Parts: sequence; structure tokens; C-alpha cells
Amino acid sequence: MALTTAPPAVHEYEELGRLMSLMTGDEKHSAAATSTLDVIWALYDQVLRIDPTRLDDPARDRFLLSKGHGPMAYYAVLAAKGFIDLDTLTSFATYESPLGHHPDSNLVPGVEIASGSLGHGLPIAVGLAIGLRARGNPARVYVLLGDGELDEGSNHEAIAVAGRRHLDNLTAIVLDNQSASRGWPGGIQGRFSVEGWAARRVNGRNHEALTQALTTPHDGRPLAVVASTEAGQ
Amino acid sequence: MTSQTMRRRFAATTNDLLDTDPRVALTLADIGVGSFNGRNHPDRIINVGIREQLLIGATAGLALAGLRPIAHTYAPFLIERPFEQIKLDLSHQDLGAVLVSIGGSFDAAAEGRTHQAPGDVALMATLPDWTIHVPGHPDEVEAMLRRAATSDDRVYMRLAADTNTSPHPATGELAKIRTGTARGATAVAVGPMLDRVLAATEHLDINVLYAATVRPFDAATLREIAQAPEVILVEPYLEGTSAAEVSHALEDRPHRLLSIGVPNTEHRRYGTRRHHAAAHGLDVGGLRTRIEEFLR
Repeated sequence: MALTTAPPAVHEYEELGRLMSLMTGDEKHSAAATSTLDVIWALYDQVLRIDPTRLDDPARDRFLLSKGHGPMAYYAVLAAKGFIDLDTLTSFATYESPLGHHPDSNLVPGVEIASGSLGHGLPIAVGLAIGLRARGNPARVYVLLGDGELDEGSNHEAIAVAGRRHLDNLTAIVLDNQSASRGWPGGIQGRFSVEGWAARRVNGRNHEALTQALTTPHDGRPLAVVASTEAGQ
Repeated sequence: MTSQTMRRRFAATTNDLLDTDPRVALTLADIGVGSFNGRNHPDRIINVGIREQLLIGATAGLALAGLRPIAHTYAPFLIERPFEQIKLDLSHQDLGAVLVSIGGSFDAAAEGRTHQAPGDVALMATLPDWTIHVPGHPDEVEAMLRRAATSDDRVYMRLAADTNTSPHPATGELAKIRTGTARGATAVAVGPMLDRVLAATEHLDINVLYAATVRPFDAATLREIAQAPEVILVEPYLEGTSAAEVSHALEDRPHRLLSIGVPNTEHRRYGTRRHHAAAHGLDVGGLRTRIEEFLR
């Protein structure tokens, strides 16, 4: 069941590879971009309550790409869903382009934060979730991190406080392509669950499984979804 | 409100703002928690514990949610430790917040270097579009905070343990405190340095200006008053923090600038803030000596 309120895609999932290929010059992050593709698509196609014609709607769900490296998949999905023009993709990383190697909320319609320096998205998401709740706003907050990015200590400051404050309007998706240099003994899920989060692991390429994991109720607790992909992808 | 330390006035004013303005939120990192009405506003007073990166990141998130966040802790933990979060989460994302510090320079002298931050204003001044207040009296703190709470600007307020005897209107402009002759030098006293500058120069022909807001810097008033070439800048933090602002204001006329402040050295001492002020020549006697030598 599709939960999103977004209009139908301008371009379908099968076209995302072609859209991503329009953006060249950041091949060092191609694997990072490819790793996030299915999670971002599942969010925008099935989960998020957002509308590209109402970008300032206070009640819109917020998606924060904390893992800002390799944003080609993000831009491709935004183009496919009508947030940015397809023509913009070919300008990627040029001086005149709003689309850089790291996304900037000041420049790109529909982008909620400026990311690239790792470990910023989850702390912002915690504040955003607290703030929306304080204002009685039913919007939900989704933040996508990488398992390597999880090394940043700022994430663990945020994980602890989100659990203690029972932020059930917050979902963190950790893309696990085994890129953390030291790994996560005990598992990534354990890092979240010990702090009071609901935590699930799913196949990060399976749209149906991702959607189910992201939409199953987690009353009274923030949700961590660990999305597995191939190592290095 | 009559609280007669800057810190107490900040707490009293913030509590009142939380009671009266549902947009105002407060983020803390354990420091000062007992001074605020957490029971009255559990949704808008957020103590993140000893987690200063989260303190600023969450502050940015609150701003994204449409709230007006005030973040507060000791200067080294508010400004220096999470500086990248200030630079990116607030400045780069163009999000508003009010950062309020205590313990600047050597107010916490006995705590040692870990709790001393004479470079906080210089660091914040590397970021564009911040209003930086250095109040010299509790009344100024309240006026600045109430004004900041109604805007969406980025504001840093540096509270000090030392206060001047009298408050001055918090207009953002340099206040004309004492007028000398046209041949007299001009001294710019920043925040809590004013009373000491007045005492150190009472026998001199000198114009004394008072700066409780140093960014943006009021170049127009300085140009109006500084007719003689000698200009003296007296700051309670890193020496020369606003020297470039003064030079820029006077760039088309010959001038000589004496910058007095905390020297950029490791001063490995404890004691009191008065010990440190004396060691750095920031007490009345030290100021008088340096200013007299400069004008000789």
C-alpha cells in the first residue's frame, strides 16, 4: 500500500540509472550514490507525505540526507518525482549549477538540509523531531546515514537523546554497506536498541521490505532501519 | 527584573520568554539546568546532557521546526567545541538561533584553560551575518535577549561576570560616553571594560565610546568621533578581535591603533578573574599605563 501523498513519478524507477548517468565528475562516490538509490526511491515512492508543488507545507514529512556524499541518486529521485527539472541534472557540479557533490538546502528545491560533513544530519533530525512535536505538528522526520558515517560521535549523542525522549516521529535509516573501518561489534541495530529505539534490519535493495520496515508502527520509540546492501555498494 | 548578575538576568528573562512566547525554546548541555522552569515547559526546554555537538545540531533542528531556539552553556563548550555545527548547521543553512555563553575569557579562572575562552568572539567573527553582543550590564542583557527573541537572526551573546555600574541603551551603535576635544584620542571600550577604561582615562583628553555590540561594528559613529589619529580599542577577550573593523572604518585617514585585550598566549595560572586581568594589564592600572605610553 502506497502511503505517500506525492504525485505520480515523472520518471519511473527503471529510468533512475539513466538519470544518474547524466551527472558526471563525481565517480569516486558512484558506489555511495548507488548504495542509497533504493532506500531513497522507496521513501519518495511509498512513504513520505510530500508534494513538490507545496515545498513549504509545514505538515510535510522531512527527509534529511545526512550521508551527503554521492548525491546523484538523491538528485535523480528528486528529478523523477518532479522536485527539480531534468535539465538541471546535466549541469551537475558546474559553477552555475545548484547541484553539487554535496546537497545544499539553500540551492535545491525539496532538499531539507545541507550535508556533506558527516555526522550532522541525525542531531539536526533530533532537534527537528522535538520541535515539530512541541508545535503539535504531525510531520515525520526521516534521516539517512551510512554505516561509516555512524563512526562520527555526534550521531551517538543524538541516538541517546532520541531514545530518552521517545521520539516516535523520528526514523533513522542506516545504509549498511560495511564501510565502517572498525565495524560495529554487536551489530548496528544493537547500538540503537540499547538506547530505546525500535530497530530492524532489511534488504536495502528490496522496495517492499523497505516500505514495510519503514511503515510498521513503532509506538513511543524512534525507529532505526538498517538497510543492508552489498559491501562497498 | 532586577537580577544583578548577567547570568541571573539571562535566566529570569529566558524563563519569562518561555512563559509568554510559545515560539521560544531553550537547549542546554547540563550547565544551568536548575535556573530554568523545566517542569513548566518540558517540550521546549531540552537538556541534551553533556553533548555539545548535539546541543547545536538540535538547536538547528528546532529552528527548522519554526521555533526560536536559545542555546546556552560555557563559552568553550558552546563555541569552540561544536564550532563546525555552528558554521554548517546554523550559518550555512541560514538558520536563526541565539547562543548565550558564560565564562568567557577567564571568568572561570580557577577552572583552568579548559574553561577559559578568550578567543570565542574572534572565532564567531569568522562567520558572516552574526550579531555579536558583549553586554556590560544585566539591563543590557535583558534588552538584547528580548529583541533577539523576536527575530530570526543569528545572535551570539557573551555574558560576563564583571559588570559596569550603569547600563546603556542596547541600540547596536557605539554609545558616546565621554566627549573630549577634537584633538583628543578616541577609546572604544567593549562591554564590561567600560568602567575600567573610564577610570583609567579620567585625567586625559579622550573621547570614550562604548561598544556592547561588536558585529556589526558601528563604523559610522567611530568615524564621526575619531578626529584625532590616536584610537584605542579595549576588549575583554582576544587582543585585536575588532582591530580590522576599526582599521576598515578609518582606512581613508591616517590613524594609529592601540589594541588592548587578552594576549594570544598560554597563561597557565588559576586564581581569580582579577588575577588574570592584572596579569594581562586589563585592570585600571594596567590600562592607564599602556594608554599613557601610547599617547606620550
